[in-house]
Amino acid sequence: MNTKPLPRITPDSKPFWDACKAHRLMLPTCLDCAKPHLPPGPVCPFCFSDALRWREASGRGIISTWTVVHQPWFAAFKDDLPYNVVQIELEEGPRLTASIIGAEALRVGLAVRVTFEDVSDSITLPRFRLEIE
Amino acid sequence: MPNKSLAGKVAVAGVGTTRYGRLPEYDPYDLGIWALKEALADCGLKIADIDGVILNRIPDYQRFCELAGLNPSYTTITPGHGRFSGICIQTAVALIATGMAKTVALVYGNNGRSAGDQYGGATDIYGSGGPGLWFPYGMTSPGAFHALMAKRHMEQYGTTSDQLGQVAMAFRRHAALNPQAVMRDPFTLADYHASRFVCEPLHLLDYCLINDGGVAMILTNAKRAKNLAKPPVYIRGFGQTAKFTGSTFPPDDYWAAPMKKVARSAYGMAGAKPADMDALMIYDNFTPTVMFCLEGFGFCKTGESGPFVENGRLQLGGEFPTNTSGGHLSESYMQGWALNVEAVRQVRGECGARQVKDANLVQYMTAAPVITSMIYGKEAK
Repeated sequence: MNTKPLPRITPDSKPFWDACKAHRLMLPTCLDCAKPHLPPGPVCPFCFSDALRWREASGRGIISTWTVVHQPWFAAFKDDLPYNVVQIELEEGPRLTASIIGAEALRVGLAVRVTFEDVSDSITLPRFRLEIE
Repeated sequence: MPNKSLAGKVAVAGVGTTRYGRLPEYDPYDLGIWALKEALADCGLKIADIDGVILNRIPDYQRFCELAGLNPSYTTITPGHGRFSGICIQTAVALIATGMAKTVALVYGNNGRSAGDQYGGATDIYGSGGPGLWFPYGMTSPGAFHALMAKRHMEQYGTTSDQLGQVAMAFRRHAALNPQAVMRDPFTLADYHASRFVCEPLHLLDYCLINDGGVAMILTNAKRAKNLAKPPVYIRGFGQTAKFTGSTFPPDDYWAAPMKKVARSAYGMAGAKPADMDALMIYDNFTPTVMFCLEGFGFCKTGESGPFVENGRLQLGGEFPTNTSGGHLSESYMQGWALNVEAVRQVRGECGARQVKDANLVQYMTAAPVITSMIYGKEAK
């Protein structure tokens, strides 16, 4: 099988992936302490409140760190080697693991913006592009 | 924070290790029992003297105890994550201090090499459910997670690949003096740079080994330990804390804040400071973790671990001989257990060509979402 792995969707994360499908980046946000968080869970990890609402994120953030993978961990990624993996720190605070499309040189602190890639009929992945190059 | 009065009350009485490498004729139970046999012989105790059992990475406690003929007063089992070696040892101290057990055997068995463990790809479970989110981007493995941390450290503080290479080279030189080590051929910085990238900036030689082996430790109260075959090695201080919040992602501070907490606890209990340590055993799953511990525990300032590891400071004869066995990078990947045993053997003066002169205090440290440290001493206080 040579298809890339898809996200494992849990009841808590389903709204996140449903929003991605609509090309919107949504974050579970606590109504009590006002903090958004990732990964999605049943309560706010900062105050244990279960009063959560999904709120749209700006889609902007920075690269908090990055790596270039050389190991053929997944057969489906063989043609992409070596490929980047980044940690995005979203403007709202939470982190996302993702990758950057079409960038030659990455650096910690570079500004990025979300873009959506429809990888199957049901799954859309958030990926990122550098804001200015 | 543990009660300071526990300092020196519990001691390591016996330690045991198997051969390391590729041992396909042994499963984790065999490896654990082999190590336990060695540990019992080391301190002169019998299997019937063991009344507490803590297992790590061995799949099933019932099967292990049935095979060994153990019927202890206290039994527990923990997952095969390296951070659990420190946790288990501290649990043993608590059991002994409260009288729930008198003599605790800690047993670890790992057949990862023969079982074909990869630590990456479709079967990877590292990172708190992270794989469910990471795999679509080709992100997997503890190595990639630490590569992310190393890259940030390099950009933030100017840490170089040469400096990571110095750590790997130092441990390999130590392994050359350790007949038990799996990888014993010293290498140069050019060899280091020539080794392939797995996840940039980490080269193959920044990675720990994957091999088979077993380790056992026997702990008892200090009074009892005095009457056994080997001199007691006292547990002078320890500490533990966790940073689980946000732990699907590499921590921006390289775990410095939780490490400072653990350092306060361990040094406070031992009545010592970093400069008092005669040797260090640092959980080296990857070279950067060694750097992060040196900063977090206060051996050098934040961001200065790069220059700190230059000029042989971590080598035998240097200021802080570190991982004198060769560590996970070159001796054997025994997930912290063999490093704790090396600490005990250094304090006892049993390390032959790699012995640190007058090793009175030796510290074990691990950086991970659970941070632990142990300080071992020749004297009870």
